[in-house]
Amino acid sequence: MTLTATASTPAGVGSATLLDFADVAMRFDTGTVALEGVDLAVRRGEFVTVVGPSGCGKSTLLRIASGLETATAGTVSVSTKRIGYVFQDATLLPWRSVQRNVELLAELHGESADERRRKAAAAIELVGLTGFETSLPKQLSGGMRMRTSLARSLTLDPELFLFDEPFGALDEITRERLNDELLRLFTEQQFAGLFITHSVSEAVYLSTRVVVMSGRPGRIVKTFDVPFPMPRDPDIRYSAEFGELVGEVSHALREGHR
Amino acid sequence: MALDTASPVTGTQPPVPGQVPVRRRPAGGNWWPPAVAFIAIIALWYGIAGIFAAQGRPFLWPAPHDVLFALVAEPSAAATIYPALLNSVLVAVTGLVIAVVIGVIIAVLMAQARWVERSFFPYAVILQCVPILAITPLIGAIVGYNFAGKVVVTVIISLFPIIANTLFGLQSADRAQRELFKLQRASRWTLLTKLQFPAAMPSFMVGLRNAAGLSVIGAVIGDQLMGQGSPGLGSAISVFSSRIQAPETWASLLVASVFGVAVFLLFGLLSRLAVGKWFDLG
Repeated sequence: MTLTATASTPAGVGSATLLDFADVAMRFDTGTVALEGVDLAVRRGEFVTVVGPSGCGKSTLLRIASGLETATAGTVSVSTKRIGYVFQDATLLPWRSVQRNVELLAELHGESADERRRKAAAAIELVGLTGFETSLPKQLSGGMRMRTSLARSLTLDPELFLFDEPFGALDEITRERLNDELLRLFTEQQFAGLFITHSVSEAVYLSTRVVVMSGRPGRIVKTFDVPFPMPRDPDIRYSAEFGELVGEVSHALREGHR
Repeated sequence: MALDTASPVTGTQPPVPGQVPVRRRPAGGNWWPPAVAFIAIIALWYGIAGIFAAQGRPFLWPAPHDVLFALVAEPSAAATIYPALLNSVLVAVTGLVIAVVIGVIIAVLMAQARWVERSFFPYAVILQCVPILAITPLIGAIVGYNFAGKVVVTVIISLFPIIANTLFGLQSADRAQRELFKLQRASRWTLLTKLQFPAAMPSFMVGLRNAAGLSVIGAVIGDQLMGQGSPGLGSAISVFSSRIQAPETWASLLVASVFGVAVFLLFGLLSRLAVGKWFDLG
């Protein structure tokens, strides 16, 4: 897969830093301050999860990183063009089959039909949807739709992968399964991940670093390094150390919310 | 970091293909309640015709078999009704095609920016409220009281549902879907052709179906109002009723109604073919 990575790394940012927020603030036209003084860097091989109360600007953080919004203050450096973005909903096009949905991004970039098909087939295999290529979204379960959405982003071969609460609407079992698959993809593909979630245990399980945000205006109140090695044993969720860390993060979340 | 090094899914159970349930509509459906109703209506028709006949005024309400006779066995009536049907079909189809082209163009323009929509949509609503009878002389004077005039009447009557439904459909793609395209720096044209047009299809088909029904009404009314050019069903109905030829009048009405119903069913079928696979038409 040859996609040109643009290495427009600004001076002062480490070569492996794919996303760097420095003193970023976001004030909407309505006067609402969504973010204030956010410093955050995501390097290759890191999976950073942001947890915070509803409406604290977590999603805004992601939208700024992707270029959908522009920060009103501070500097944002993104040193790759290969950015995957997974929305809260699967955002599939209901008239397209799984195969054609996964091909969409390559199609928008004007790649040849052969190239599209090859990328889509590889991505569909990565998310375990082989055999469902001709299914329509309405024929799929919520989890399978989300897999399709993941596959679509994977065709970009992303260096920076942004996730906006992608598993929030799924049931617990599906969510845990997709967490495992995401970790497997992360260890295989070595992208930099920035993941937004409401769930503290999901955050701790998935990430190498957990960032806790306060209520509006969103500020980073605490950062936790997650010591568990990758690839992670799914049973680590039930270990005492895991529970302890979840407790600490939850505590910080409550503190920040006050 | 390449997709080529795809490894099989491990540690989880991948979904099994072929287990996806597909909802199907029961084949055939329930045909007998409308059939019973049909018999009841025919019986009622005979009953009323009998009353009018007993009063010595059968020309006001002909019996069903008289109407059928005029339709299939009376050469003079048939010689008027079937060419008239053909002429009306021609007007309706021409008017509908023009309405679709104009309506879709207007809807696409309105979908490009809020201010365009806000500026022009009120006039689309006004167009719908125009009493067609009142502006007939105007249309006749400008384009003539012939085929062109009838087509204009048809276009005016059937345009609004195309504009309103297409516009609604073009705007139905949600924000996240638009952003998906925006993130890939898709052009406005790409957004239109790959997202908005397909998303608009179900709604457009509803508009098309309504407009097709209205185009039949437009063709018949336009024909009655304009009175020149090749006579259509509207003229046939006027002429027969002025001569108090009740069975022929009713036969023309029946043909016009069947025409309308046929158009409605045809476009229902088209909707199903166009979007039924992915959109639940109910």
